[in-house]
Amino acid sequence: MGNLSVRNLEAWYGAQKALFGITAEIPEKQITAIIGPSGCGKSTFIRCLNRMHDTLPGAKVSGDILLDGKSIYDQHPVYLRKTVGMVFQKPNPFPSMSIYENVVAGLRLNGERHKEKLRAAAEKSLRMAALWDEVHDRLNYSGVSLSGGQQQRLCIARALAVEPSVLLMDEPASALDPIATQRIEELVSALKKDYTIVIVTHNMQQAARIADLTAFFLNGELVELGPTSEIFTKPKDKRTEDYITGRFG
Amino acid sequence: MKKKKPRASWGDRILRSASGLTAVLVVGIMIWMGWEMFISSRQSLHQFGWAFLGGRVWDPVHRIFGALPFIYGTLVTSLVALVIAGPIGLGVAIFLSEMAPATVRSVVGFLVELLAAIPSVVLGLWGIFVLAPFLGKVVEPWLGKRLGFIPLFHGAPVGVDLLNGGLILAIMILPTIASISREVMTAVPTVQREAALALGATKWEMIRIGVLSYAKSGIIGSVILGLGRALGETMAVTMVIGNMPNISPSLFSTAYSMAAVIANEFTEATYGLYLSALMEIGLILFAITLLLNIFARLLVWSVARGPKGGHLV
Repeated sequence: MGNLSVRNLEAWYGAQKALFGITAEIPEKQITAIIGPSGCGKSTFIRCLNRMHDTLPGAKVSGDILLDGKSIYDQHPVYLRKTVGMVFQKPNPFPSMSIYENVVAGLRLNGERHKEKLRAAAEKSLRMAALWDEVHDRLNYSGVSLSGGQQQRLCIARALAVEPSVLLMDEPASALDPIATQRIEELVSALKKDYTIVIVTHNMQQAARIADLTAFFLNGELVELGPTSEIFTKPKDKRTEDYITGRFG
Repeated sequence: MKKKKPRASWGDRILRSASGLTAVLVVGIMIWMGWEMFISSRQSLHQFGWAFLGGRVWDPVHRIFGALPFIYGTLVTSLVALVIAGPIGLGVAIFLSEMAPATVRSVVGFLVELLAAIPSVVLGLWGIFVLAPFLGKVVEPWLGKRLGFIPLFHGAPVGVDLLNGGLILAIMILPTIASISREVMTAVPTVQREAALALGATKWEMIRIGVLSYAKSGIIGSVILGLGRALGETMAVTMVIGNMPNISPSLFSTAYSMAAVIANEFTEATYGLYLSALMEIGLILFAITLLLNIFARLLVWSVARGPKGGHLV
């Protein structure tokens, strides 16, 4: 579960075209990193995968994305987003909710009211997000009382609680310090046995460290997608080579 | 080498004293006014004591004064205004900040704020000549026929009554509630909305957990500001409330408000005790407004602080 197949995807912001004919296979239970310079369309790309891009006024998409063989455009985005979770660049817990309420927010939206089930799901998600040991004795504290790195892991737990099959991460560590970043990276590596992970990063070393596959985007085009080791050691495209050797970007 | 004092420190010092002075001035004026009202109402305070608050009779001819009908009129009209303008104002704010396309947003937003620019005396005129006949001939008979078993809607429909006063106040405080709520909702970071959407929230669920809960202290604040305006509003209410010191459970009854009685009667207050009683009404209005604001502030604190370790947003 969690195979993504992108077919000739194009995306616009109003009249401005941001993605050009993207075709890509994102295999299940692997980490696919999206790299590229600022403005290359990498965020736009993953925001298409859960149809978050569609929510912007004037945004437009063409082409198709298949999730396990079925077009994501055939179902309502509200249901799609329960299968395709997302973690954002800046930690964004709901400030009016406690740690516990943050984690179960998605389940409550799904109509789950059973106290025991919510408790159990919260613990499971917090454990998966490697946050349980730090917060289990203060679950009723505000989500924003945590440090930045903890908040981001809380947001990961919140996304996991809905039990998606795909987890999209839009530069999840870019607002964090090196130690918190390392924890997030360990977490992401541990999560891939259960989830398909697509992670945008502006940090090439991060992609090299954690990703099975790496996709290089430039000016809204997918230049190259392949096993991370190949992309970083023997890229097929000259532009990829220039980018990873630091000649631009 | 002789050390020269940096020139900037003078500027800072002047700024500090000047801004400090303005702050002291505001507080000072408030205390002074309270004190003056207290002094002027001493005669009435002495004569009636606490019974003034519970007194139902207002009879200048026999020198008997009680404030209860006015307190009642003020509170009921303000409450009616809040009950009507609160949900509508919030609805307008949600529509403008979350639903409306940009062009509609600016046009409607402007019109809502324009509503606040209508002078209260004009609203009062409208209340007398348009709203009162409409209420008296259409709305109140209809309500009385269907809901007349509730004391609230019992009695002869006149149109010049508590309901009219409440409605006029609702119109007056609607722009306050709508535009401030819209401001605080627009200020909610987009990542909050996206956090909700990414969990599979529908539009309404997104507004509820991503926007309203984030903005709730500001929304409560807007309602409190509206309430403050409703409590003190004089002209429009005086014109439509009937100006009779009644206490009736029915919204179809004529009534009187604190601000209205002061405005209407201070020129006729021919003897000391009369004037003193009016001053005491002013003092009570002042106290009620103050208490409500303190209560509201406490409410905002307790609601907005949310779970432990959180912060005001």
